[in-house]
Amino acid sequence: MRLEYLTGNHAIAEAAIIAGLKFYAGYPITPSTEIFEYLASKLPTKGGVVLQFEDEIASINAVIGASWAGAKAMTATSGPGFSLMVEALSLAIMTETPLVLAYVMRAGPSTGIATKAGQYDVMQVRWAAHGNYELVVYAPWSVQECLDLTIKAFNVSEMLRVPVILLSDATLAHIWERVVIREPPEVSIVNRKKPKVPRDKYKPYEPEEDLVPPMACFGEGYRVLVESLTHDERGYYKATNEVQRRLVWRLVNKVLKNKHLISDSATYLVDDADYVLIAYGSTARSAYALIRELRSKGIKVGLYRPKLLWPLDEEMLINSTIKAKKVFVVENNVGVYVREISRVLRNKEVISIPIIDIEVPTPDEIFEVMKEWI
Amino acid sequence: MDIIHPLDRYLRTDRLPHIWCPGCGIGIVISAMLRAIDRHISEGHFTQDDVATVSGIGCTARATLYLNFDSAHVIHGRAIPFAIGLKVIKPNLKVIVIGGDGDIAAIGGNHLLHSARRNMDITVIMVNNMVYGMTGGQVAPTTPMKVYTTTTPYGNLEYPLNLIKLVSSLNTNYVARASVTHPHLIERYIYNALSRDGFSFIEVISICPEVFGRHIGFRNPVELFNKLKSMIKFKAKPSIDESDIVWGKEIVLGEYVNEYKSGFIKLLYGS
Repeated sequence: MRLEYLTGNHAIAEAAIIAGLKFYAGYPITPSTEIFEYLASKLPTKGGVVLQFEDEIASINAVIGASWAGAKAMTATSGPGFSLMVEALSLAIMTETPLVLAYVMRAGPSTGIATKAGQYDVMQVRWAAHGNYELVVYAPWSVQECLDLTIKAFNVSEMLRVPVILLSDATLAHIWERVVIREPPEVSIVNRKKPKVPRDKYKPYEPEEDLVPPMACFGEGYRVLVESLTHDERGYYKATNEVQRRLVWRLVNKVLKNKHLISDSATYLVDDADYVLIAYGSTARSAYALIRELRSKGIKVGLYRPKLLWPLDEEMLINSTIKAKKVFVVENNVGVYVREISRVLRNKEVISIPIIDIEVPTPDEIFEVMKEWI
Repeated sequence: MDIIHPLDRYLRTDRLPHIWCPGCGIGIVISAMLRAIDRHISEGHFTQDDVATVSGIGCTARATLYLNFDSAHVIHGRAIPFAIGLKVIKPNLKVIVIGGDGDIAAIGGNHLLHSARRNMDITVIMVNNMVYGMTGGQVAPTTPMKVYTTTTPYGNLEYPLNLIKLVSSLNTNYVARASVTHPHLIERYIYNALSRDGFSFIEVISICPEVFGRHIGFRNPVELFNKLKSMIKFKAKPSIDESDIVWGKEIVLGEYVNEYKSGFIKLLYGS
C-alpha cells in the first residue's frame, strides 16, 4: 500500500497498470488525454505497448486485436471519439472480447466545450451501439474511485469476456486528490478463463455454467475464429432463429446472471430518510455536501449513489429508497438517467433535478430546485 | 472430412461449399495464397499455428471463415487495426489481412495508408474487382470512369484510385500487383511478401462477372477473364508511373516496391 497525490486521469492509468494492462491504443482527445500520456511514459517500462492511431476507430479495433492476442488492453476517449468507437464496441460485445474503455465525458452535443464537464452521455454510452446487449458501465465520483473502479473494470471484463466502460468526466479527470494505492496481493486481479479441453475439442463460444466461454488466443494453436456475424459455439456463421436467439440471450444473460458479482453502489443515511437524492459521478459530490448541510438542519435526507450505472441494480435501488417519500435524481444534463430510475421506482414520486453546469452543480443550485418539493 | 487435396489442411473443410459465385476470382487468390503459405511452412520458416488471417466485410473478407488458421472476420474496413493489435502483442505471428477494394481502399483506406506509413509488419492482400460485389454491384473507388453501376446509373464520374501509387508513396517494404489471370505471380508475390519484415501490399486484379462484368458487357466469366487477360502486361521492374489502371488499355503487373527496411516491430522491440 502506498499513498499518492493524483488526478482522476492519472489514477485510471495507474490502476490499469496494476490490473495488468499490456496494450493501450488511443487518439488524443480532451479531457482524456492524460491517461494516454501517463501510460505512454510508464507502460513501456512495465513491458506494455502504447500506440497512437490515426483515429478512434482504429484505436478500439487495435485494442480488440490485442485482446485476442492475449493482452489486457484498453483505450480512453471522450464523447466525439466514443461516437466513432461504437461500431467496434458492438463487435467487442459480439465476439466476447475483454477490454476497458475509459470514457471521460465533456460538455456536448458535438464538440461542445472540450475542457468542461457534463453528464450528457450516460444514455449514449449504454445505447449507442447497434444490436441488443447488456453493457457494464461504472461511474466513479472521486480520484480514489477512478483507481478502484478501473481495476474492477478490468476484472469484470476478464471475468465475463465483455467490454467494460469507466465513465468519468472532465471534473474528475483534472482534480487532484490523495489516493491509497494497493497492488497485488492486496487487491485481487482476475484473468480470463483459458480452455480446459484439448485443441480439437475446443469451441471458442461454448459457455460454461456461468455463461462465459473460456478464451483461447491467437498463436496458441486453437485455430480460434473471431466472428462478427451471428455464430454458433464454433464461431460458424448461422442465419437461423435458433442460433440468433441462443447467442443474443446468452450475451445478455451472462451479464444479468452475474450481476451480483459486478454490482456496486454506495448509500449515505438512507435508512431513516424521508427524501433520497440519487446522483452519480462528480455531481454526487455536491449532493453529498447538500445532504450533510440539510441533516444539520434536521431534514432527513439520504444519498443513493450507483457506481455500477449499467445495468442498474434494481434491487439495491428499491431497498435504498423503500422508506423515502420522494426521490430526487440530480444530474449534470437535461435529466436522462432519471428515466431509468423512474422505470424501476414506478410507484414513487421521482423528481428530476437537471442542472447544466460546466463545472459541477453546486449544493445551492440543487437545493434551489429541491426546496419546492420538501 | 478426409484430406483429398494437399491444401485441405489449411481449410475448414466442414464449412464448404463456399459462398462465392461461379466465375469469381477470389478462389484463385485463396489457393495461390495457401500455396505460398505452404511453401514457407514446408521450408520451415513458420508453422500453421503462427499464421493469423484477418478480414473485414465483403466477398473477399469471407475467406477467413474457411481458413484453418487463427482467424478474425471483423467489421467493415477495420481488419488492419485489428491485425496491428495482434502483431504488436504476438510479434511471432505472420499476420495476413485479406479484403476487397471496398473494404481495404474505401472504408478502410485511412488504416491502409497509416499502416503502410508505419511500415507495420503485416501483409495486406487486396483483391480488386473494381466493384462492391456482396451488396450487389455499387460503384467502388476503384471502378473505372463512365462505368454504369447500381449507384452510378448515369455512369461513374470519378477517377479511380490507384492503390499501387498510393501505397508506394509511403514508407513501405513491398508493393506488388498480380492478377487472377496469372496465379503463379500471386503465389510468388505473397511468398515474397511473407519473406520480409515491414509492411507488404499486394493488389490482385480480379473478376466479378456477376455484378461488374454485366455492367461492362462481359457477363460470361470466360469472356471477362479473357478480356482482363488481354490487358495484362508483366514487367520485371515496373515504374510507378505506369501503374494506373485504365480499363480496356493495359494493367501492368510486377513488384513496384521491393525493399528490406526494418519494420515497426524491430523498432519497437529491438532485433
